[in-house]
Amino acid sequence: MQLAIEMKNIIKKFPGVIANNNITFELRKGEIHALLGENGAGKSTLMNVLYGLYEPEEGEIFVNGNKVVISEPNKAIELGIGMVHQHFMLVEPFTVVENIVLGKETKKNGLLDMNTARKEVVELSKEYGLEVDPDARIRDISVGMQQRVEILKALYRGAEILILDEPTAVLTPHEIDDLIKIMRKLTELGKSIVFITHKLKEVKSACDRVTVIRRGEGVGTVDTSSASIEDLAELMVGRKVLLRVDKKDANTTTKCLEVKNIRVKDNRELIAIEDLTFSIKYGEILGIAGIEGNGQTELIEALAGLRTIENGQIILDSQDITNKTIRERFNLGLAHIPEDRHKHGLVLDFSIAENTVLQNFYKSPFSKGIFLNYDAINDHANSLVAKYDVRTPGIETFAKNLSGGNQQKVILAREIERNPKLIIAAQPTRGLDVGAIEFIHRRLVEQRDAGNAVLLISLELEETMSLSDRIMVMYEGKIAGEMDASDATENKLGILMAGGQLNGGELNE
Amino acid sequence: MNKAKVKKYLIDTWLTIRFPILAIILGLFVGALAMIWVGIQDGMTFSETLMQPVNGYRALFVSVFGSAYGFGESLVYAVPLMLTGLSIAFAFRCGLFNIGAEGQYIAGSFAAAYVGFTFSHLPTPLQLLLAIIAGGLAGGLWAAFAGWLKAKRGVHEVITTIMMNHIAFYVYNFLVSDVFKAQNYQGSHAINPDIRLPRFEIFAPSRAHYGIFIALLAAIIVYIILWKTKIGFEVRAVGLKATAANYAGIDVAKKFVIAMFISGILSGLAGGAHLLGTMRRAPSLGSFPNYGFDGIAVALIGQNHPVGVVLASLLFAFMKRGAPIMQAQAGIAKEVVSIVQASIIFFVAADQIVKWFFRRKTKKSAKIEVTMNE
Repeated sequence: MQLAIEMKNIIKKFPGVIANNNITFELRKGEIHALLGENGAGKSTLMNVLYGLYEPEEGEIFVNGNKVVISEPNKAIELGIGMVHQHFMLVEPFTVVENIVLGKETKKNGLLDMNTARKEVVELSKEYGLEVDPDARIRDISVGMQQRVEILKALYRGAEILILDEPTAVLTPHEIDDLIKIMRKLTELGKSIVFITHKLKEVKSACDRVTVIRRGEGVGTVDTSSASIEDLAELMVGRKVLLRVDKKDANTTTKCLEVKNIRVKDNRELIAIEDLTFSIKYGEILGIAGIEGNGQTELIEALAGLRTIENGQIILDSQDITNKTIRERFNLGLAHIPEDRHKHGLVLDFSIAENTVLQNFYKSPFSKGIFLNYDAINDHANSLVAKYDVRTPGIETFAKNLSGGNQQKVILAREIERNPKLIIAAQPTRGLDVGAIEFIHRRLVEQRDAGNAVLLISLELEETMSLSDRIMVMYEGKIAGEMDASDATENKLGILMAGGQLNGGELNE
Repeated sequence: MNKAKVKKYLIDTWLTIRFPILAIILGLFVGALAMIWVGIQDGMTFSETLMQPVNGYRALFVSVFGSAYGFGESLVYAVPLMLTGLSIAFAFRCGLFNIGAEGQYIAGSFAAAYVGFTFSHLPTPLQLLLAIIAGGLAGGLWAAFAGWLKAKRGVHEVITTIMMNHIAFYVYNFLVSDVFKAQNYQGSHAINPDIRLPRFEIFAPSRAHYGIFIALLAAIIVYIILWKTKIGFEVRAVGLKATAANYAGIDVAKKFVIAMFISGILSGLAGGAHLLGTMRRAPSLGSFPNYGFDGIAVALIGQNHPVGVVLASLLFAFMKRGAPIMQAQAGIAKEVVSIVQASIIFFVAADQIVKWFFRRKTKKSAKIEVTMNE
């Protein structure tokens, strides 16, 4: 089998860290090859070396059998290597075509020739089955579409080898299926793909082979067909991992949260939630499933006090909190693990210590009179870091310097240690690796077992199904259906999520 | 405090100040080029031309450090620059760009003068204290209005504060040249001479006055507010990430008003202290006094940190004091100093250029930051 890429004994050091220690990686022509590892294992570093963003200290790279030195991304592009970064590099107000040709514009008599460019882009998108509206503006199209534009950008520059850095992190389940189909099509047409991920299911469903990296070392390369998900998890983390959540039956008591007939508008002043009523009992985890954009974000914000509601009532622990401020809600026993940890959960330029008291800094013992009491704050932070196993050089470290999993642990620690009655957990494991996911799931179940209520909003069906006691599906701002987690199947939930109806367990569309 | 901690602190400090320091050096270098160019224009010989920057900077240096008088005179400028610099830095820590320091300065001057020529029946120390408080309060309220407009109506503070600068300017001139005009003087009634801020004997006969203590005390208080108090915690949280502050239950809109109020107090104190230290009356103004605008540069160079602001304000004060002397003694137009100041601001603002110099040298350490952020 011909090799598209061969990276031999790559060593890349950063001061104090060996990001890649003697890693060898081979990509065959026409295959989809997963690069699997936890956050910070060195996957992205290895691919950045291949893309010319980093220069390795040692090691050799061969492209199509020829030894090359890739000193910068332009060199990589010349060699037919294209990379789609996790965070897209698109100009929002520009159209799809403009973004694709940017930097490689077709010219006629020194003037921009957009007609030819547009024709080329349309042909390219047809050839590879990457359907996009060439004239739409980036800011108006979905994330999945934006990703197609990024892939087209690489193909437009003549990429034969595509590196996709965590491409599924931002996609909905449906978009993920589409992406996998596109990847298949690309490889059929002779392209080779490196698929960086830490999601095991996707490795199994999409990839031919997988190379596992753990703490900067290559653990090995295996055929995906010969390894089970459990095997891959163990290779990746280095120990046995519990993939299913292990929990006892729920022991529910009285109502903790009651939401009565609420109506909420979104940022565009359109109705996002209409006449929504539900409740959560103490000692239960209620999961809300649904495709992104069906009112989940607005619901979370309405409950947390970040968004005013037009109508209805919210009752927490028999107290009406409809018109209470955010701070008052926290004091009444609400905890909130926000959807977007960078926008809401943390002040990234604050230290870990400061972030652990983001809500409670004004209370004793964290402050006395008008002054903060840093001794108490630091003690508190140190104990949280120890208890929740936050990997950090110290509590003075800025939150922005932590990995995603550790940032999430800081938020989780802060929220749980405030002794809440209700925890709103919005996508609590988004973008995290299996080790961190396991940790966070276990803590949420612990809270349930301690008699508190948990509202879980997740786009990952698997997570919702394994963690929840009861599942509610949201569709277009309303409850499309509700069932015990034990009755739920991916199929049933999928129908409800798409706006269909269930009838006595039978399909009735 | 253990050794490692001290070492880390020193390294952090160096990392923070190296950019402004390099910017200052680059600014002085650009100034030197300007002086050489001026020399060539004047048809000097080659060696004379090369000596231009040496002579120029020597004159600048001697004008400040050559005599107690010279140093004292530069302290006169340091007082308002330090306070307006602190004012803008404080607002900036809350994510607000207070371009209105100029107007708040003017409001502060008038309020201090008003107390100074109105309440002369009060005991002297009380009247002085009242004048200072009035100056701060006037500036604070003037700024808080802009903060309130932002909090309530979402009007951008840059727009409102610029407009309020002009309102302050014309209202001030109307008051001192019309309502409270002294006969035969271009300005208000005379301030009670007893409440003038005391002057330093050692810097006599310069005008250096005790206002510098107000400015230094303000720097310490700003430091304490920002890093030791609850309100400072909230202000910094809002400034660094308003969405996260809001999520955590901090009333963001209220912080805008409070931060602008505190910022305005500092600019108002600048106006009050400068007036009470150096003037007999509130003079009518032909143009903006510019301390508020220079304060933006001071805050920028001082990296919005009280210690940095104190140092940067001294640097600007030295240049302000030295510019006319340089012109008189070395024959170099005092506008060259403006070129130096502008270049320093340019290099601080365009810190990417300066950082590029460092990145050339420490390519690897820059990259570790990238990976840490992943």
